Amino acid sequence: MEPVDPAPAAPPDREQSPPMTAVKTARPTRSGPRSGPGNRPRNRDRLHGLLMSAPAVAGLVAFVGIPFGYAVVLSFYNVRLGSPMAPSFFGLEQYRRLFTDPDLSGPFLRALLNNLTFAVVVVPLQTGLALALAILLNRKLKAIGLFRSLFFMPVVFPMTLVAVIWRLILARSDQGLLNSALHAVSFGNWGAFDWLGDSATAMASVIVLSVWQGVGFQMVILLAGLQQIPGELYEAAELDRATPWQRFRHVTLPGIRGTLVFVAMLTSVLSFRVFDQVYVLIHGGGLDEDATRTVMYQAVTTAFDQNNIGQASAITVVFFLIVVALTLIQRRVVRPDNED
Amino acid sequence: MATTTTTRAPRRRLRLRRIGDYAVLSVLAFAFVLPVLYLLLGSLKPSDEVLNGLSGFLPTHLSFDNYAHVLDALNSDSTGYFWRFMGISLLVAFVVVTGGLFVNSMAAYGMSRLKWRGREAVFTLVLLLMLVPFESVAVPLFYMFNEQRNTVYVQAIPFVANAFSIYQFHTFFRSIPPSIEEAARLDGAGPWRTFFAIIVPMSKPVFASVAILTFLTQWGAFLWPVLMVSDPSVRPLPLEMSVFQGQQPPDWGQILAFGVLLVLPVLIVFSFFQRWFVQGVASSAVKG
Repeated sequence: MEPVDPAPAAPPDREQSPPMTAVKTARPTRSGPRSGPGNRPRNRDRLHGLLMSAPAVAGLVAFVGIPFGYAVVLSFYNVRLGSPMAPSFFGLEQYRRLFTDPDLSGPFLRALLNNLTFAVVVVPLQTGLALALAILLNRKLKAIGLFRSLFFMPVVFPMTLVAVIWRLILARSDQGLLNSALHAVSFGNWGAFDWLGDSATAMASVIVLSVWQGVGFQMVILLAGLQQIPGELYEAAELDRATPWQRFRHVTLPGIRGTLVFVAMLTSVLSFRVFDQVYVLIHGGGLDEDATRTVMYQAVTTAFDQNNIGQASAITVVFFLIVVALTLIQRRVVRPDNED
Repeated sequence: MATTTTTRAPRRRLRLRRIGDYAVLSVLAFAFVLPVLYLLLGSLKPSDEVLNGLSGFLPTHLSFDNYAHVLDALNSDSTGYFWRFMGISLLVAFVVVTGGLFVNSMAAYGMSRLKWRGREAVFTLVLLLMLVPFESVAVPLFYMFNEQRNTVYVQAIPFVANAFSIYQFHTFFRSIPPSIEEAARLDGAGPWRTFFAIIVPMSKPVFASVAILTFLTQWGAFLWPVLMVSDPSVRPLPLEMSVFQGQQPPDWGQILAFGVLLVLPVLIVFSFFQRWFVQGVASSAVKG
């Protein structure tokens, strides 16, 4: 039965390493095929390994791989949905228009700028808030579990519902919750204000509701990171009479640096994918379209409302390149830290 | 005397700090939960009282009329029954979660525990496809499946195979000691029996966390239904929510009752599996 052993040469504890490091211990198992050539179990493994992987891999290729390749191809053509004309080869024309044609590049560049604004505000705001909450909740207090679930709760709310709740809170009439609260604290000096419809506050409104919904997710990840810091470090710091700030700077921050970077990068990737709330609020929520349209919104309306598949594909390819760049940076930054 | 004061002072300070912690947490939690309270209270109010400023925040009398209307009276117009939308959403989520657990765990097992040439290449392909966000294939998928619009299966099938789920299972299976499989093989079990009879039962945590994350994502799915579904008879709940809230004039009480009913299944799942929920999110994210 020895042939089944994946790596006789590897020390036995290598395989039992915790899941965190499992990805990096891939090498020892790889040396498997060298031992015992031409056995029946190995051939059997080959067939069954392929069979077991086939359904999922086929699904991924069919619904991710091929469509992705297709997006690249479509972006080189002038394809319109429901048009009697056959698609014609366009080369890089779609991309050129996207960045230089005044009619098309205006909304597109505005969408890119909106995405950037959203990310630049949301990433530090949400990460900072999540960190503050995680530190507050990382105590041995009674009912701490209740508080943790309260802050996590909005994460399970579908974005379509979140958009509706906040549409009411930010309603433009003087009877909207925020407006009437401001009316009360300003002794009647505040009247009606159109938070969603005013181009100056539209993006801020989307940011507030997005952070509200998403911050619990980041909080939980950071909480898991905080709990991996050994308690002795805090005891030692306390013995050295470190102030709370010093303990935060020299124990907490270094202890969760990797997690924090990961959370910030994850938030930036997710923030580029923002779509649902913007779409719902623009279609029937009175949200200012120009100030809040995102790249994905632009792609969907181009494909769906204007039936311009080629143009929409070019937008999604650009979108993909941005997200991949962010993801690769994330992996590059997070990896070295996990090594130790 | 000196010793008692030095031990007592920190303790009192500790108690004060604890009270301070609770105060800060309570204020924050209240502000945080306010929108949820607004949703709940609003759903129990007559519609004309929902947009009623601060004074109307606490309703004078509560009733479940809005819920009754959403559940029963919706069939008076062309949008169909609420239960129909709920059923579509549940069906799609069920297919995606159960099908996904089956297909993705099996693939991860095949790639992490069975030795065959090319498995590294296949796994690398999975990792590469994990980089592709759904948003960037939505438009070509929409174009490819244009003929299958307004069907139930087109809402579910593309999401069954999931690269991130495979990755999560793969990471977990790698940590299982090989001696377990050796023992199973000595007893004459093949790879399939080893997987289903031994590996699956001992991998409950990862199955739970993948199931929860998949369900959560699928329940709120919006982009794909917006593109693919226009027919109310196969419309999932979140899409109907956005249609319902866009009607003119809006009936706010009913819209909020609809919202509560939309989130209720997830909230029930969340409260039952709260610990797993939070752990699932934390573990999968830290490892990702």
